[in-house]
Amino acid sequence: MKERKTGVARWAAFGLLVVALCVVAAGCGGDDDGDSGSSTAVEGLGTSLEEIQSLAREEGEVNVVQWPGYAQLTKEFAEATGCTVNTKDGASSDDMISLLQTGAYDGVSASGNASVRLMTTGEVAPIDTELVPNYADVQEGIKDQDYNSFDGQAYGVPHGRGPNYLMFRNDIVPEDTNSWSVIWEDEGLQEWGGKISIYDDSIFIADAAVYLKATQPDLGIDSPYQLNEEQFNAAVDLLKKQAAAGLNYWPGDVAKQIGEYTNGDSVVGTTWPYQYVQLTAADPAVAVTAIKPSEGTTGWSDTWMLYSKAQNPNCMYLWMNHMISPEAQALVAEGFGEAPVNLKACELTKDQNHCDTFHADDEAWWEDVYYWTTPVEDCADDDDSTTCKTQEDWEAAWTEIKG
Amino acid sequence: MTSVPLSESPPREGLGRRLSTFFYRHPRIRLSALLALPLGWLVLVYFGSLFVLLLSSFWETDSFTREVVHEFTLDNFRQIFEQDVFRNVAWRTIQMAILVTIADVILAFPIAYYMARVASPRTRDLLVVLVLVPLWANYLVKAYAWRTILSDGGVVNWALEPLGLQVDGLSTVGLWLVFTYLWLPFMVLPIYAGLERIPSSFLEASADLGGRSLTTFARVILPLAFPAIVAGSIFTFCLTLGDYIAPGLITSEQFIGTVIYSIRGEALPTAAAFSFVPLVVVVAYLLVARRLGAFESL
Repeated sequence: MKERKTGVARWAAFGLLVVALCVVAAGCGGDDDGDSGSSTAVEGLGTSLEEIQSLAREEGEVNVVQWPGYAQLTKEFAEATGCTVNTKDGASSDDMISLLQTGAYDGVSASGNASVRLMTTGEVAPIDTELVPNYADVQEGIKDQDYNSFDGQAYGVPHGRGPNYLMFRNDIVPEDTNSWSVIWEDEGLQEWGGKISIYDDSIFIADAAVYLKATQPDLGIDSPYQLNEEQFNAAVDLLKKQAAAGLNYWPGDVAKQIGEYTNGDSVVGTTWPYQYVQLTAADPAVAVTAIKPSEGTTGWSDTWMLYSKAQNPNCMYLWMNHMISPEAQALVAEGFGEAPVNLKACELTKDQNHCDTFHADDEAWWEDVYYWTTPVEDCADDDDSTTCKTQEDWEAAWTEIKG
Repeated sequence: MTSVPLSESPPREGLGRRLSTFFYRHPRIRLSALLALPLGWLVLVYFGSLFVLLLSSFWETDSFTREVVHEFTLDNFRQIFEQDVFRNVAWRTIQMAILVTIADVILAFPIAYYMARVASPRTRDLLVVLVLVPLWANYLVKAYAWRTILSDGGVVNWALEPLGLQVDGLSTVGLWLVFTYLWLPFMVLPIYAGLERIPSSFLEASADLGGRSLTTFARVILPLAFPAIVAGSIFTFCLTLGDYIAPGLITSEQFIGTVIYSIRGEALPTAAAFSFVPLVVVVAYLLVARRLGAFESL
């Protein structure tokens, strides 16, 4: 009798488990992919600037995913609009996308390798630029690019652009270094192996491609983000050779890289201007030099985008307008070390030469800066038979490269 | 015994009273009501999340947007088995977990032995507190502190400098040191408890029968303390296997945790599939540990 009872209890427990798992499965099966493509208006958004401003006062806050150091004048913004700004730093474009997908944020400062994906999935909403007054002051050359608009429809407001620098300790590495070869060729790898600082993201494969484009023209690389089998394998081989020399990865964690350069654990590598600004502004300043090497470099042109299911769309609209105001642009440009997109900011920077130093209005300088974008199968050439490596391939290779 | 006439004054029927009568009459419902919360937690939250993990390891992802597509595929598991890198990383992590466990046993046993059998009660209390104190400091702070200690300008290289030596502390060896430090208390406490349980008469009996200290150690103490050592190793082994923060801070080498962390955003299904490797290893480890009697010593 007792035996039977425990038997029944066991089956009952098993049944309960199955039922519970089915409930869970149904729960997560239910929320299939939402709408794809472009849905125009975001729910709750005002139709005129006045309406947006009054609705924003009711919302009272805006939550944004940003690259570290992007948000500026948040206090002034809160006083003027009634929107308190809460920021969350993203470490990489993938990181930013997953953060946005949690639904807890209203917008994001997306680089090209995030923005294209977000526009395709419909996770960001088209923008009515009429409702963003400062948009008129944005440099024309940066509007309507494939990383911030789709079919001529703007999907955000440009934030600023910058290069990924080669940065080195000029008291340790020769001061006249002006080529990426120092982190790619045997000589440099032997000398600085173990002290090379590398951005930990699959997009870094493009940096290898930029170097190959300059040094091995036979490969015929055009865009470092559109690589066919042969070009891709060459880049991966180069990266594997580099990884074998010993690298310090910085996974978007700027504090980690800043610490390493300060105490000499890293002496040469790739960086964002932000860390360079922080290191040279530190007390005592760290002896670092950051350059765009002769081969050119990768870079980014970032866009503030509105989450299509934003809780606070009105505050986000005002925030986008705020971030391209001359005042905020000046602070961003100097704080992060990038070129502003609103040239009115150039009169407001503390360093009057900032816009010249960062080539804000010098299109020729940007010609060999390859902005981050998402690798896709289409090689964008005339030959239909060639296919290029996709984002998925890049990621798998990156795990492989790190070993 | 005098019987009380129940029918005379029926007790007031409040809601609580009625409820308790109801439960008294229906023992099965009483049992279910008692267990509903803990069982619900265990089944829904605990197994539920594991099940979701298993489920998501069978989904596909879009090669461009990297969104999860709800279509069944075994590719993620195929990738884990076929790509060398996953095997290498898993093996490296398991090796690390084994080495950390061995080092912790070697370090923890003398401490635990001293605490259990040699120290005066006051010293013993002091030692217990000292072993426990590091557990109250935040894990992240300790990991970062070790980063500073092991880095180029850190204490280790500063101390070695007069000898003309320089070591690369931020390496796999450095990580081994850090793990050994982090999990040491988890090894000391079970061994201490296990050694304390051995009656002194056993040791005296061994001595009376002519056993030297080494013989006593090898044939009496060690076999009796062995389940406790295995119990401690469960902690050190499993904690090392799953950790991702310390490896990310100390080395550039990839471990199971860091790989899952770095691919989770764009390749969630692959990450989910890979997370079954440590799960399987740990379940196997626990089965062996149970065989060795470790669960009685926990």
